[in-house]
Amino acid sequence: MTLASNLEPGMKAGKVFLLSLLILAVYLLHQDFWNWKKTEPLVLGFLPIGLAYHAGYSVLAALLMAVLVKVAWPKHLEESHPEQPRHRTDDSQGH
Amino acid sequence: MIPVIVVSIYLVIIAIIGSVAFRKTQANTEDFFLANRTVGSMVFFLSLFATNMTAFAILGSSGQAYRQGIGIYGLMASSSGLVIPLTIFFIGTRLWSLGKRFGHQTQVAFFRDRWECCTIGTVIFSLSVIMLVPYMIISIMGGGRVLTDISGGRVAYSLGCAIVAMVVTSNVFFGGMRGTVWVNIFQTVLFLLFGAVAVAVISHALPGGFGDYIRKIASNPKTSYLLTRERMPERYFWSYTLIPLSSIMFPHMAIMCFAARKVTAFKRTVVLYPLAIMAIWLPCIFLGVLGTQLEPGLKNPDGILLHLLTDHAPVWLAGILGAGIISAVMGSDTHQVLAISTMFTKDVFAYYGGKEKYGERGSVLFARGFIIVVTMIAYLIALVTPESIFELAVRFAFSGFAAMSPVMIAALFWKRSTKHGALASTLWVAAWLALTWYVQRASDGIAPKPGQPPVVVFSALGHFFERSTANVTVYGFLPVVPMVLGSAALMVLVSLMTPAPSRATIEKYFPSRSDSEGSRENSHLAPGTRTAAPLHQPSS
Repeated sequence: MTLASNLEPGMKAGKVFLLSLLILAVYLLHQDFWNWKKTEPLVLGFLPIGLAYHAGYSVLAALLMAVLVKVAWPKHLEESHPEQPRHRTDDSQGH
Repeated sequence: MIPVIVVSIYLVIIAIIGSVAFRKTQANTEDFFLANRTVGSMVFFLSLFATNMTAFAILGSSGQAYRQGIGIYGLMASSSGLVIPLTIFFIGTRLWSLGKRFGHQTQVAFFRDRWECCTIGTVIFSLSVIMLVPYMIISIMGGGRVLTDISGGRVAYSLGCAIVAMVVTSNVFFGGMRGTVWVNIFQTVLFLLFGAVAVAVISHALPGGFGDYIRKIASNPKTSYLLTRERMPERYFWSYTLIPLSSIMFPHMAIMCFAARKVTAFKRTVVLYPLAIMAIWLPCIFLGVLGTQLEPGLKNPDGILLHLLTDHAPVWLAGILGAGIISAVMGSDTHQVLAISTMFTKDVFAYYGGKEKYGERGSVLFARGFIIVVTMIAYLIALVTPESIFELAVRFAFSGFAAMSPVMIAALFWKRSTKHGALASTLWVAAWLALTWYVQRASDGIAPKPGQPPVVVFSALGHFFERSTANVTVYGFLPVVPMVLGSAALMVLVSLMTPAPSRATIEKYFPSRSDSEGSRENSHLAPGTRTAAPLHQPSS
């Protein structure tokens, strides 16, 4: 079962490893235990640090997705076409 | 009265958009359920986002922030902003591709074909419907409650529910997927603007600005916890990051993925998704916390935003913002109704011979009839059943769909996965849902009050089951953790112990490298997405 091998055919193992590491790092940054009991500083004078951190985290998530789209987009799917004739298996008679 | 008029105008606009879409709709299921798979990039983003946003994103989030503080944003919003786009990126794009190639319109259709199964597909279908229906009912309830609140009680709850059900039904009945996505454009823009406008208006009305109020909350030992997560256990917080795995498994989200014209439509969606979540949730959470100072002592904190708008915004603006809230309710509800109709038509009616007997036109007729029946039943249930039961059912549904994600991942990426593995995972999920429902109900009487530590449910089991104010936990983790891990483990173990699908099916979904290397047309395609035959083969 290789999720990574389904990213983009021919993608180098090192690149897949680095991207996996990046996703894992961003996921782990969500658990910001260091902010757990802190209220200050108030970012922009009114946003408690715990809330400001996670607002920033949302921006980080968007950046991560932009990186994935840029370097790991499954281009092969763009070329996918319906088969002729289609296998309309979802409508076939049940047994 | 002005808010009611504004909301009424909004509802009329929704109905008109639906009727215009009706004129474009063709009498075949692919057009009715998926808009002929022609949804463009920006519309796809707006519609997919509307599909996943409910009234909870606006009313529930601010209400929870009023009770528990800023931690709700990290708990529910920022984790969703990462996990949901990732699932759309890895799973949604593959679903789109397989739908294009093999004509699948539902997840169950894909599972049945991928694992050569009939009954097991029906089991997965049944569990999905059981988990989805409460979500649909609670959307109607939420819409009715909002209309009642906005009108200051002039619109009765039963009438409010009826209005929402009728508008949703007519929109889906006439417009199908096309009507739904057109309406979503309008709805998503409205509720994306909601948060920023609400913050700006309320901020303008406050002398001294937000900072003074936040410092006041921080300096009071009784309220300072609202600005931290000191009352939110770390295990509980981490557990919640698994909940957004449910998103792509909700049938209305997966079906939406089938509707995109090109896979490139997903690009914009995955990047904008975290920012769109932030645009809605951040202001709502912040205003919810602020509301503890501006509107203290509310018995129903879910109404905090409506209170703030009533007291601090011009009355016409409160009406427009009310329409924004209704948009969030109906954007998701229309997709849920359409999804249930799609599933029953494709996975039951067509699959068991209805399409062969009655044709495409008959299938669309069945779907439209089903839409009316299902929303009428949902409306009647909404009137006679306490909302708390469905709130609980929806919370369980999120865990249930999250725990079904290993089934989808295995189907897409692991050729050795089997139908028996999928069945084992599905039964595991169903058993855990029943178990946690029982434990939740059994422990209602001993649930601690907010701020108090969790209590042991069964002393003989030690800390295995604990009860916090709102949830049952398993060694401090939410039940979604053992559900997801157990589902994944069973999928792997049972698959390895049972026979794989036929060679032809595996070859269909995972063509061998040697085949593809010999075909220039196929050489750029990945395992799991290549076709068994050359792609550009002329049709005979």
